[in-house]
Amino acid sequence: MQILYFGWVRSRIGHGKEELKLPAGIDTVAGLIHWLKSRGDGYAHAFVDSDVIRAAVNQEIAPHNTAIAEGDEVALFPPMTGG
Amino acid sequence: MIRVQGEDFDIGVEIARMTEGNTEIGALASFVGLVRDYAGDEAITSMTLEHYPGMTEKQLERLEAEARKRWDLQDVLIIHRYGKLMPGDRIVLVVTASPHRGASLESCQFLIDWLKTNAPFWKLEDMDSGAKWVESRQEDFVAADRWVRVTDG
Repeated sequence: MQILYFGWVRSRIGHGKEELKLPAGIDTVAGLIHWLKSRGDGYAHAFVDSDVIRAAVNQEIAPHNTAIAEGDEVALFPPMTGG
Repeated sequence: MIRVQGEDFDIGVEIARMTEGNTEIGALASFVGLVRDYAGDEAITSMTLEHYPGMTEKQLERLEAEARKRWDLQDVLIIHRYGKLMPGDRIVLVVTASPHRGASLESCQFLIDWLKTNAPFWKLEDMDSGAKWVESRQEDFVAADRWVRVTDG
């Protein structure tokens, strides 16, 4: 699965993109965030307040209960600040 | 039409291009967003806009489609820049065209309000004390929310 990070999520984790194999049982955005938290200090810092994290699945805004599967492109980021 | 680009834009050129040969347009409304030189009480040396290539274009196209659905518009142009910008630089341009002023004025405000919270951009401000990510503002969500229709659920 391709995972993308933007904004301070990216700067806290230290990179903007990675290819990960989903562990069994991880099948939602919320599950993915929870699992990523355990991958190191940068991840723990990025997702310390997971409620503020926004997500997109295959480039569509997606709430945390959205189902994800191998082959999806998932992006995790802070609230957008366009304009 | 939407454009996501690093380079600057010329408002006069863009508006001329839009109206050339289209004499049915009776009203144009435009909005330009600029990089401010201060954040709170600290001077900004530059601002870097990060975005999500691919999704940004899709999201701006959805916004344009939504505006065209809600208002009688003859043309829509959204240009949003990314990369490193300096104070005073132009960030975003929204132009809407309609037969009468109401549709262009309202839809222009709708588009910029929605861009703030729905376009995948993130702003990093560089200051003497270091770089700081711009936090989204509660009033931006309030501004966007007032365009949500009750019928949208």
